[in-house]
Amino acid sequence: MADKRMTEEQVVAELRSGMTIGIGGWGSRRKPMSLVRAILRSDLRDLTVVSYGGPDVGLLCAAGKIRRLVYGFVSLDSIPLEPHFQAARKAGAIEVTEYDEGMVQWGLYAAASRLPFLPTRAGLASDVLRVNPELKTVTSPYGSEELLAVPAIPLDAALVHLNRADARGNASFLGPDLYFDDLFCAAATKAYVSCERVVPTGELGDLTRLRIPRWSVAGVVEAPGGAHFTSCVPDYDRDEAFQKEYATAAKDPQAWAAFAATYLELPDEAAYQAAVARRAAA
Amino acid sequence: MNMPSTRAEVCAVACAEAWRGDGEILASPMGLVPSLGARLARETFSPDLLLSDGEASYVAGPWALGGPPPETVEGWIPYRAVFDLVWKGKRHVMMGASQIDRFGNQNISCIGDFAKPKNQLLGVRGAPGNTVNHPTSYWVPKHSTRVFVERVDMASGVGYDKPDRGEFHEIRRVVTNLAVLDFATADHSMRLASVHPGVSVDEVVQATGFALEIGEVPETRLPTDEELRLIRDVLDPKSLRDREVPA
Repeated sequence: MADKRMTEEQVVAELRSGMTIGIGGWGSRRKPMSLVRAILRSDLRDLTVVSYGGPDVGLLCAAGKIRRLVYGFVSLDSIPLEPHFQAARKAGAIEVTEYDEGMVQWGLYAAASRLPFLPTRAGLASDVLRVNPELKTVTSPYGSEELLAVPAIPLDAALVHLNRADARGNASFLGPDLYFDDLFCAAATKAYVSCERVVPTGELGDLTRLRIPRWSVAGVVEAPGGAHFTSCVPDYDRDEAFQKEYATAAKDPQAWAAFAATYLELPDEAAYQAAVARRAAA
Repeated sequence: MNMPSTRAEVCAVACAEAWRGDGEILASPMGLVPSLGARLARETFSPDLLLSDGEASYVAGPWALGGPPPETVEGWIPYRAVFDLVWKGKRHVMMGASQIDRFGNQNISCIGDFAKPKNQLLGVRGAPGNTVNHPTSYWVPKHSTRVFVERVDMASGVGYDKPDRGEFHEIRRVVTNLAVLDFATADHSMRLASVHPGVSVDEVVQATGFALEIGEVPETRLPTDEELRLIRDVLDPKSLRDREVPA
């Protein structure tokens, strides 16, 4: 029986520069931050990142890891705008594919269903078509309605953070919303699930919460606090004070250098968690 | 004779009116005053509306701005279910607008050239899909020529000048701190529907960066005594509404 447990570093060792990587969660909620931090420590670059974006996108922008970003929004939720993403856009530092939120879902669903596209009305008549000239429409074969054909967004890898998982890759969410984590996993060649706790299969929780099946998962990382500073309810809420410190530092190069030295330029995730614990105790 | 009301309370009622007659759909307000408006509409003239707690539950009963949502949950509305509702059309959203033009094109994406913007905002979010799938209204807490522009930089929400906007497109109304605007004109260009008590038509004209359709302009209706009681005692006892629309 496959034991898929691995470390953040082992996950990153399976990734390559230039890959398309989907990141689960939503805004500043249940983001696989320990895996993002491991990417920051690596020499990976030129990534295409697909995300309902939050600080995952901001941190990867700040580190120059992103060549292209596919997104509907980037936000820290309680702080509406993500400063590193804003800076990267203003500098023209990243290529972007800005879609309606529903188009992102449709692209992932098409990839997960092995379809070339899925039709929708979302995006029609908006400037999403102007700024993404590669998008095409399709005429209904059963009538005359013109619909947008959202191209599949196949992922080389997906990174998601769940509350619980077993060693084989079955995973459950215990909070209010799965977001689109199952679709990210199913749209990916290889999906990596980090989780608060690895538990025996029988302890994953209620049937309706078992939404990530092991056939879609290549690796499992036990990462307590792995979503910090985003929320991972009911295990923990967003660390609002830390997020505020992050967003404030992101607006000033000197402050950012200090923040990065304290929290990011560290040997591993354990050192990050220790730095966060020291901050909380101070 | 109504009890005296504040501008924020007039705005809340004007937002509530957006959902009048909507029946059994999800009301999705963005912002404090629209949230107050949606809850007020459900407590009064649109009792069948569905409301979310802002996370993933449909909740029953009234609750206060900034307070804990009601304990009674009617159902589950994670983001995926919200998208399903959008496709089905069973929703009426009231969004913000960083820019809006005379045909109701709205921008929340970026300011300046999209390729290298002067300022990056949220991204288009769900605005393109919302506007072509179900009714949309807008809330602008500070009516100004920065928001009401001749041409938006990035059309996120779809306006009436787009021939391919489809059969489900409808912009119900735009509520601001000064006025209510709608698109009830022959060419669906923006019309000044009413000015809030104490605001002149000229004030609205001066704060708008394009020519509005202006006919007979009535005053926005005042809150009833019952509406004021609900706003002040039940739905916003901490007066958070005054933060968005100062008295």
